[in-house]
Amino acid sequence: MSASQLTITQQAAALRSREVSAVELAGAALAHVEAHDSRLNAYLTVTADAARQQAAAADRRLREDGASASPLCGVPVAIKDVLCIDGVETTAGSKILKGFVPPYTATSVQRLLDAGAVVVGKTNCDEFAMGSSNENSAYGPAGNPWDVERVPGGSSGGSAAAVASGGVAYSLGSDTGGSIRQPAALCGVAGFKPTYGRVSRYGLIAFASSLDQVGPFAHSVRDCATVFATIGGHDPLDSTSEASPVEDPLASLDAGVRGMRFGVPKEYFGAGVEPGVRDRVEAAMRVIESLGGSLEEVSLPSTDVALSTYYIIAPAECSSNLARMDGVRFGHRVDASSLTDMYLRTRDEGFGPEVKRRIMLGNYALSSGYYDAYYKKAQQVRTLVAREFESVFTKVDALVCPTSPIVAFRRGERSDPLAMYACDTMTIPVNLAGLPGISVPCGFVDSLPVGLQFIAPRLEDAKLLRVAYAYEQATEWHEMHAPMVEATA
Amino acid sequence: MIQVEEQLDAVLARYQAVIGLEVHAQLLTRSKMFCACSAGYHDAPPNSHTCPVCLALPGVLPVINRQAVEYTILTALALDCEIPEFSKFDRKNYFYPDLPKGYQISQFDLPLSLNGHLDVLVGDEVVRAGITRVHLEEDTGTMHHAGDVLQSATSSVVNLNRCGVPLMEIVGEPDLHTPEQAREYLQRLRQVLVYIGVNDGNLERGSFRCDANVSLQQPGALGFGTKVEVKNMNSFRAVQKALESEILRQADMLDRGERIVQETRGWVEAHGTTISQRSKEGASDYKYFPEPDLPPMHITRDMVERIRAELPELPEAKRRRFETQYGLSAYEASVVTQTQDDAGTFETLASGVDAKIAVNWFMGDVARLANITGVKLQDSGLGVKGLVALLKLVAAGTINGSIAKGLLDELYATGGDAVQLVQERGLGQVSDAGELGTILDEVIASNPNAVNDFRGGKEAALQSLMGQVMKATRGRADAKLVNTLLRERLG
Repeated sequence: MSASQLTITQQAAALRSREVSAVELAGAALAHVEAHDSRLNAYLTVTADAARQQAAAADRRLREDGASASPLCGVPVAIKDVLCIDGVETTAGSKILKGFVPPYTATSVQRLLDAGAVVVGKTNCDEFAMGSSNENSAYGPAGNPWDVERVPGGSSGGSAAAVASGGVAYSLGSDTGGSIRQPAALCGVAGFKPTYGRVSRYGLIAFASSLDQVGPFAHSVRDCATVFATIGGHDPLDSTSEASPVEDPLASLDAGVRGMRFGVPKEYFGAGVEPGVRDRVEAAMRVIESLGGSLEEVSLPSTDVALSTYYIIAPAECSSNLARMDGVRFGHRVDASSLTDMYLRTRDEGFGPEVKRRIMLGNYALSSGYYDAYYKKAQQVRTLVAREFESVFTKVDALVCPTSPIVAFRRGERSDPLAMYACDTMTIPVNLAGLPGISVPCGFVDSLPVGLQFIAPRLEDAKLLRVAYAYEQATEWHEMHAPMVEATA
Repeated sequence: MIQVEEQLDAVLARYQAVIGLEVHAQLLTRSKMFCACSAGYHDAPPNSHTCPVCLALPGVLPVINRQAVEYTILTALALDCEIPEFSKFDRKNYFYPDLPKGYQISQFDLPLSLNGHLDVLVGDEVVRAGITRVHLEEDTGTMHHAGDVLQSATSSVVNLNRCGVPLMEIVGEPDLHTPEQAREYLQRLRQVLVYIGVNDGNLERGSFRCDANVSLQQPGALGFGTKVEVKNMNSFRAVQKALESEILRQADMLDRGERIVQETRGWVEAHGTTISQRSKEGASDYKYFPEPDLPPMHITRDMVERIRAELPELPEAKRRRFETQYGLSAYEASVVTQTQDDAGTFETLASGVDAKIAVNWFMGDVARLANITGVKLQDSGLGVKGLVALLKLVAAGTINGSIAKGLLDELYATGGDAVQLVQERGLGQVSDAGELGTILDEVIASNPNAVNDFRGGKEAALQSLMGQVMKATRGRADAKLVNTLLRERLG
């Protein structure tokens, strides 16, 4: 695949002009994995045979009725290993699910497959999507295509790296506290977390059910919109999925931002934000102004407690969600002489340290006598966080801020869990409030990408994409490619 | 037996027993609570009624069975409960192999219904038993151990066919004071559930299960005594026996100045006693929290009224109506209203013939045949309409009672048209005084001894003469008329 065919839009055009076939695109994507993944470790499973079959089917479909085929038809995609695919090993980056082959496919993936997508493989991630650096994967960390010694961010690090490296035009990730937007920022690609409930969670291995949301990584906002238009919408298998129809994000994508008001949350520019990141984000704000948008400072006073709130609610839900990993029906099991020992040893061997830490945190927060002080209080703060956003959105159309306070760091550099948790200060409140958020590239610090985050009101995904698209189209950051892409171009 | 009853009376004279019952009833929905698997698991091969959802594979999500919610509300309305506008599901977290998710989806602080009651007739007294709440949850799977209990089993197998079957929990207030009241409460509750069609009422198969909380209270004491939970009671009789045994056990301990330990005890039918299963210290912290995979339920008033409109006449109301409308005794009315089917059958009969005749036949010969054959009247060859036709022949005097009984036995098994049969076989009652007079004269003439005996004051001799008349008419004579005519002639 060449650098001129990096986006879905470009590949779809090339497929229709017969410049390239889906089988060739799949072959190129698989060759890219072959060439780079020993260093990048972006993939946990490569589904070469299935990909070739899907590509052949896509070619037939394009030949028979190319005009009505989806733009995703024949375009290779990588799927985060927390999304189940029928017949494909799905581990969520955990040893406890080693060998687990689900007999069903996640709704979001199924919708891609129905559109003719070609799945190249399952991507690396922090174990059960818990982490901000991909270092918590039981299968080794993924690297950042801009500097493989550095982390790609997390938890969807493999999905971000797979796109940023130029191997695939897009991928799916999941975002519970920033797990799409933060790695997108660190890898210099677009990463979109839709409104909670907009994309079905059926088949997504749950981390924290009330926060998890599936979304795309891509080289352009338009591609994100194309994928969202395909995977979004109500799913009868997910009772928390939104019933209202999805507004077509492509229809209004290029409507611009003239006259729109942008809020700049002052709490998102605190001491933790690196000066270089701050500079790039402030430069981005000037671009928005140049496009006719206005900026005003707003306040989200509960930002400092949102992180603590998240680290009660998410672990509480995960402690319960991960209870099914008990060695009885699937995955890893350590046989023992008693049931209790079987449970203890299976889970002790199967889970990594961060997952165990969160299971313990969650159990503690839900325990009799502590529930009111922790879980209940956290739910109250969560409501407060959501109200603060609602109140701000009566004054502005969208918020603009950094995605991550820092750029990609070296592996092992942040070993303190609390320092790692702080990476997600600006992304976590968005999940608590169930809002849509997107990260787009906005420049570099020391040759490492910086991400710009836009946040919109609930269900205003189309408006969010339109805003991000306007910014993206006014800049060239999204056309800057990681060294790995250049190497294969 | 008598000994236990006497002991119990003595204990209940000194202590007040306080009994609260918790009933788990499986709902008769087609599919499971949160997935599309069939809920009819009883005779299915192990683990054949399962899917990724009820197997709790990673990544799957529950979807609420609307019918189960409606059945629970229907039940709650039958028990005069309040139905709050908002209700939600919660997770009850604990580890066990028959609970694949590691949590049961249940309801904690916002159940579907609250504050109802059930009136129970115990002897001549109506006891009003409060219903704390009726909520909805899912059943667990079942386990089979190679050995008596899990702890000492060498191996165990899990069957998840039952896992996820909709389960309604009906929590009763501690308003019951004797084992008999407890049994009557359960029988009445079961009757209501079966009446409204939400549960099959099968205790043996465990689709209707009961746990009891029992404590003893000294007269005048403030607050309840320490309560003990009793489980493993698989019949109404077992409930009564287990409670009797537990009350005697607690009274014995209290009499000896010992303290009751808060614990769970299991009824062991074979030993006739309860044994300790788990103390409070070993009780789990279920870490309830709201189920994030299911949005809260908004139960609109329209929905409640729509469901209320589906509520059939309940057994108690039906019983009272039958007493007034059909002039049945309290006993007759309660027998006839035992099931919705029986009540319907009776009403069909009573619409064709006099209610008194209908109830006598229904509770007498029809019940006898149903018992012997195991086939209900409505499923028999005769059918309800057939019986009405038959009884109409009796009422009209076309055939007499004993002919009708014979026909009932025959038609119950083979079916057929009673009217036609009576004509074909000439079974019509002989009630013509002239025709009977001729026969009577012959009988009197050929039985001088019996005639003399009767005239000598032997009333029984008349029966013998009547028997001769019946024989001569092949049982068709109108017995009442024969009796009158005989007395006239011999008078």
